[in-house]
Amino acid sequence: MGAREQRPGAGGRRLHAFNGGVHPEEHKSVSTSRPIQPLPLLPRYVVPMRQHIGNPAAPLVQVGDKVLKGQMIGLPEGAISVAVHAPTSGTVLAVGHRPVTHPSGLPDICVEIEADGEDRAVAMAPVDWRAMEPGALRAHLRDMGLAGLGGAVFPSHVKLDPGKERKIHTLILNGAECEPWITCDDLTMRHHAAEILAGAAVMRHALGCETVLVGIEDNKPEAQAAMRAAAEHAGYPVEVVAVPTRYPGGGGKQLAYTLTGLATPSGGLTTDVGVQVFNVGTAYALHRAVALGEPMLSRIVTVTGHVARPGNYEVRIGTPIADLLAQAGGELPEATGLIIGGPMMGFDLPETAAPVVKAVNCVIVKDRLLFPPPPAPLPCIRCGACARACPADLQPFEMYWYAKAKDLGKAQAYSLFDCIECGCCGYVCPSHIPLVGYYRFAKSEIWAREQEKAAADAARARHEFRDFRQEREKREKAEKFAAKAKETLAATTATAEPGEDPEAARKKAILAAAMEKARQAKEGVQPKNIDKLTAAQQKEIEEIEARRARAVEEKGTP
Amino acid sequence: MLSALLILGGIGLVLGGILGWAAIRFRVEDDPLVEKIDAILPQTQCGQCGFPGCKPYAEAIAKGEADINKCPPGGDDGIRRMAELLGVEPKPLGEGLAHKPKSVAVIDENTCIGCTLCIQACPVDAIVGAAKQMHTIIEAQCTGCELCLPPCPVDCISMVVIREEIDSWKWRYPVYMLKQAA
Amino acid sequence: MIGSPHVVSERNSVRLVMAKVMAALVPATLAHAWFFGPGIWVSLLLCLLFGLFFEAFALGMRGYPLKPFLTDGSVLLTGWLLALSLPTLAPWWLYAVGMLFAVLVAKHLYGGLGQNLFNPAMVGYAVLIISFPTHMTQWPAPGDLAIHVPGLAEAFDLVFAGQGSISPDAYTSATPLDSLRTQLLNGKTAAEAMTQPPFGYFGGKGGEMVAVMVLLGGVLMLMNGVITWRIPAAFLGGIALTALVMQLIDPTRQAGPLFHLFSGAAMLGAFFIATDPVSASTTPRGQLIYGGLAGMLTVLIRVFGGYPDGVAFSVLLLNMAVPLIDTYTQPRVFGASAPRRPRV
Repeated sequence: MGAREQRPGAGGRRLHAFNGGVHPEEHKSVSTSRPIQPLPLLPRYVVPMRQHIGNPAAPLVQVGDKVLKGQMIGLPEGAISVAVHAPTSGTVLAVGHRPVTHPSGLPDICVEIEADGEDRAVAMAPVDWRAMEPGALRAHLRDMGLAGLGGAVFPSHVKLDPGKERKIHTLILNGAECEPWITCDDLTMRHHAAEILAGAAVMRHALGCETVLVGIEDNKPEAQAAMRAAAEHAGYPVEVVAVPTRYPGGGGKQLAYTLTGLATPSGGLTTDVGVQVFNVGTAYALHRAVALGEPMLSRIVTVTGHVARPGNYEVRIGTPIADLLAQAGGELPEATGLIIGGPMMGFDLPETAAPVVKAVNCVIVKDRLLFPPPPAPLPCIRCGACARACPADLQPFEMYWYAKAKDLGKAQAYSLFDCIECGCCGYVCPSHIPLVGYYRFAKSEIWAREQEKAAADAARARHEFRDFRQEREKREKAEKFAAKAKETLAATTATAEPGEDPEAARKKAILAAAMEKARQAKEGVQPKNIDKLTAAQQKEIEEIEARRARAVEEKGTP
Repeated sequence: MLSALLILGGIGLVLGGILGWAAIRFRVEDDPLVEKIDAILPQTQCGQCGFPGCKPYAEAIAKGEADINKCPPGGDDGIRRMAELLGVEPKPLGEGLAHKPKSVAVIDENTCIGCTLCIQACPVDAIVGAAKQMHTIIEAQCTGCELCLPPCPVDCISMVVIREEIDSWKWRYPVYMLKQAA
Repeated sequence: MIGSPHVVSERNSVRLVMAKVMAALVPATLAHAWFFGPGIWVSLLLCLLFGLFFEAFALGMRGYPLKPFLTDGSVLLTGWLLALSLPTLAPWWLYAVGMLFAVLVAKHLYGGLGQNLFNPAMVGYAVLIISFPTHMTQWPAPGDLAIHVPGLAEAFDLVFAGQGSISPDAYTSATPLDSLRTQLLNGKTAAEAMTQPPFGYFGGKGGEMVAVMVLLGGVLMLMNGVITWRIPAAFLGGIALTALVMQLIDPTRQAGPLFHLFSGAAMLGAFFIATDPVSASTTPRGQLIYGGLAGMLTVLIRVFGGYPDGVAFSVLLLNMAVPLIDTYTQPRVFGASAPRRPRV
């Protein structure tokens, strides 16, 4: 099926509809009635070093260090990594493993900070991005800890460097926010439209592109109005486009297709077709990083669902989610758990002590009414509902079939890695099969196997080299010995006394030579590092000797 | 009668000829069996199979001298893939062998006396050190074969199970039982 | 922990799909009862009960829970489709044997719901027509042709006690497809044959109205999104096109597209049997190929084959070809330059 065209958007732009998609109940009004509320300073923050895609930051502080708000506490490591900063001033309580917001529930390395209540900040200064070298600007953004706030948390400075070969012609600001329940981008656009566009101006400059589009789903008229008003004064052309409300219309590739009709190649990035997509929240944070010199210290988080005061909160990175919920009035009775992210792609939070990180856009409190336990699954009847709902035009039931049978090669042959895990297939499945779970399992299993295979290949190579080396050493030794034997033979034959059996004389000579060699070895070779020892070292050696003696005793063999 | 025989025989000859030609013309160049088996084996070189390394075991399997269920690090998955490759039934792990969680060897550096015995034992050269110098194991290259444990005179090497970390964590196979559905 | 998505569409479940399909069968069943007498209620009841019995038996043997699988509606649908495909007023064991093969062999030996390679109802039908051709060709005559239309009580009697008092000639007649075949063998032309009593306006008397009701049910399913248009359209197109070509080649002995579309199980096949998702092709292009070939085969079997109707055999043959068709008709993935061709 080719590109279906849709009715033109409000700006007259021709929109392109991607195949599939679903429209679950929105539940957005639950959290849009209140403006964005700041959270008071909390006594304790836990800041994970791994908040972005790529290498985790390396901790720069030690237990007991005093830190200031905005001070870099995690150093970016490698090309794809960003810095991590202290959310407030205080003392480092610990650097170590703490529960983090991750579906596994496993702990990860964090810096725990006890706030001193003064909230003193490091000196922050704006930068003149127009005059800056592109590389310097990107380094600045990396040091400001800027990562995409849409959920993927890819380092922004990397996305702003598409490379020399690629020309970016269009910058898309993603305000679609297609997941149900989440409203943080909506509220950001309503309240910070001008700042978003100021941030986009920097992105436009860094990417060297002309066109700037803002894609907003048509269920957010207030956000559209605010963005249109701000676009008038942006100082560069901005087109605010209303896109149809259809999940996953806010997926980067889907939004790029809807707005431009350019389909991102399978396995590629939107930059392959000259489009770069940023979340509106990222543009807002980028503006603050450039115009105020403020690192990414906080983000806007939607707290919604079965909670006393649902709404959007400005939350410092590192705020424990339990504390955030308490600030939102706490869970209502009979809550059944938390979802981090939206209901279509989010995950169950195993541990509420885990902190808010840059990726957390929404916390949904579940209850039995809003999120009833899924019906018991039945076998797949190949009805194809999943294939019709799939925005990537996959055959999900085939992938499921092979993933379930752990036939990973076949699953991959059915384009498993084109799956964006949006959950449309699981949403429409009449058999209520947890399809995405199977795809995630198959993907991570394939990655793990590839790693295992690489490790096995390396081990094989090392083993083969070791065999080769041993073989060579043996051969060399044999050759040396043969040469020596020949020499000795020549010598002994020469010195053989007349009348004596030459063979016996030779043996005697060899024996003498060997004894001489052994004597030399005994005298000549001495360990070189055991003279001039300190008392402590001497003691340690004695201990080791004693232990060795014990070991010999116990084993009975020297 | 005779004409029928001749015709059928002729057809047989012609088809046989075509098949024979196709077998040569379209032959698929393939890895030798030993390489294929060796590719399935985990390359720990641990010798638990009774052979001095993965390659000799692969050769023995290819010759039909060894069973496919002698490789504990390869796990049930390895046995299954080998059974598939060789067209035989998978079977449980051989007697006296047991699956263990994946581990790496770690040298207690305070105890090590620098005897180099473990270095000589390591099949993949993953231990560095010199005589009378403290030794250490390169974790990334250790296959967990445990061959360094017996030669150590002071028992300073221990096997440490590799813990699951966030970046090595895998999504679990979704388990639900149709038979329990109600 | 199952993971995302945390919500599922409440408008979609296997039970609901099956229920919708069965609801779409109601008009055709009513029409059947109206034109051919209440015998259909007996055979329908028997097929449903035998279906449930064999399903429960198989589930019990396999250690599966009864409740979710007996109530998923799949076995009821199989029974209903088989009842509509079989002659009414046949001995009870005919329905039992049909459902035994449909449920135990075609469904559970292949692994139960969702795993069957062949359409269970059609397997039941095929087994019966091969094994019991005489019983399978004794179709009740439509009301105004029959000397006597058995009432409900009589129907029970006939089914369970056999043909005691009433001679089968009193209530049966040849089906239009049978009749056409016989007349052609006797040297008549198709046009002459179709003036005979079993023929109606464009199909068989009575049967054509049932077919219209099946069409109505099919359109309802299409509007409701239970099925997609590809398989029925291709199936009916395949029938019409093949019949048209045949008629153009030999106008005297061929009945033409309209007759083929509205006689036998053509409509039922197009909307309810070929569309069975488990055994049908699943790719967009594959569904067109699958439906078109099944329709074409149906006419070819009717015209050249030894059996009067060809729907069951053509669908079963195409069921076999589904994996091949699907493999070579994979759709293009979003952003991919060419359709994918999985390794076979």
